[in-house]
Amino acid sequence: MNLLSLRGVSTFYGAIQALRDVSLEVEEGEIVTLIGANGAGKSTLMMTVCGNPRARSGTIVYDGRDITQVPTHLIMRQRIAQAPEGRRIFGRMTVRENLVMGAEVAGHTDIAPLLDQVCDLFPRLRERLTQRGGTLSGGEQQMLAIGRALMAKPRLLLLDEPSLGLAPLVVRQIFTAIRTLNRETGLTVLLVEQNAHQALRLAHRGYVLVNGTITMAGTGAELLARPEIRAAYLEGGH
Amino acid sequence: MIYGLIAVGYTMVYGIVGMINFAHGDIFMVGSFLSLIALLSLASLGITAVPLALALTLLFAAGLAALYGWTVERVAYRPLRGSFRLAPLISAIGMSIVLQNFVQVGQGARVKPMNALLPGGVELMNDEGFAVQLSWMQIAIVATTLIVLAAFTWLVTKTPLGRSMRACEQDLKMAGLLGIDTDRTISLTFVIGAALAAVAGLLFLLYYGVIDFFIGFLAGVKAFTAAVLGGIGSLPGAVLGGLLIGLIEVFWSAYFSVEYKDVAAFAILILVLIFRPSGIMGRAEVEKV
Repeated sequence: MNLLSLRGVSTFYGAIQALRDVSLEVEEGEIVTLIGANGAGKSTLMMTVCGNPRARSGTIVYDGRDITQVPTHLIMRQRIAQAPEGRRIFGRMTVRENLVMGAEVAGHTDIAPLLDQVCDLFPRLRERLTQRGGTLSGGEQQMLAIGRALMAKPRLLLLDEPSLGLAPLVVRQIFTAIRTLNRETGLTVLLVEQNAHQALRLAHRGYVLVNGTITMAGTGAELLARPEIRAAYLEGGH
Repeated sequence: MIYGLIAVGYTMVYGIVGMINFAHGDIFMVGSFLSLIALLSLASLGITAVPLALALTLLFAAGLAALYGWTVERVAYRPLRGSFRLAPLISAIGMSIVLQNFVQVGQGARVKPMNALLPGGVELMNDEGFAVQLSWMQIAIVATTLIVLAAFTWLVTKTPLGRSMRACEQDLKMAGLLGIDTDRTISLTFVIGAALAAVAGLLFLLYYGVIDFFIGFLAGVKAFTAAVLGGIGSLPGAVLGGLLIGLIEVFWSAYFSVEYKDVAAFAILILVLIFRPSGIMGRAEVEKV
């Protein structure tokens, strides 16, 4: 069953069109990745799902309900969580406050066990609970951003470039955590990545976004084998 | 102390929506008038027990002023959110004029006097006829301010609402992504700021005994100075700034001349803006990327 589906979605920033007629599907329990160059519209797509900015045309259906016109905060209370581009952790709050807020706003009252689960997944966070978010290293901030999203106990997790600017070892840790979550709890993940190679190996399926349009779709292995993908996103590095 | 209560409202609103709410001083003035009306009505109803009357007045003035604050935000600022930066500022100046004229038309332009409610005090020291006195009124003002600020600090640091407010202040977009109703949180910020200003209005009325429709301007600018001095956006800074501005005014009046005490406050505003725009407790924006 489709947990999330976009049909003919177009998004604009003022007069500039960032997404053109994008359609994609994410099934429950899948990891779907979205790859593309800088400025292709990957983050815009993630944010459009969350209603900020709002899609100008097309429909977004989540869990059988049309959420295209629903205000952002109400979308986010339907067990969708996003670890956005640039991490956006609250730098002047403690790690614990960052995490607690993720759960509290989603309406969970029993916060301690959730906190425990997230700290088990990212033990580094447990050591840093009383520290201010802004004092963490980049990798720790990314873990915190993902942890904060997980505190909402989401069904659909939107991850925007979790590997950006991190050391390969930390990237591997984070990708392992995503795979574990998906296998063990059936968490559905939509993953935006520039690191196409790792993302396609992790994901069940993938979409390629070029200039706001989806140009290719297929399973991770299929896309990895495509010569044009190899040329555009995989050669040179990784 | 009173400046601190008003300054908190400036600083909170600035922190969240990044605008100076010029109508805030006038909310303080409205709070002061509401207090006067409440006290007089209570007296005419025969409720003259001072603590009870003050408590009721406090609730009445804070509640209604909060409603004013909410309305101002809803009418004058929210429609302009996402517009260019100066638009809400101009709208705020407009609201300030509206509130002043509204009170002037409703209550008249003359100063309104009120009898002292808490006469007397304690004598701390008496040396050959030079008495150092602390009036009950001063004690009451300090106590009220401390209690209100303590309650407010608890609200901001310990409660879910406070966390939401701080989240909105630090990153409005992310707050929305977490599921925080940002419009509601902003409204509540205005409501709380207005309630604090109304408390300040009541204390001002009790202390000085005379009010008019124009007190909001001067008090507002001084509280704004306090907020800037403490570091705009910082809550403890606002309280500290309010205390400092108050002390500076008193010492200036004692050593130089009372007539020029406003000059002292504004000179500080200029000096701070030139030499330390981030204020005493303002944060240097260092963020890891």
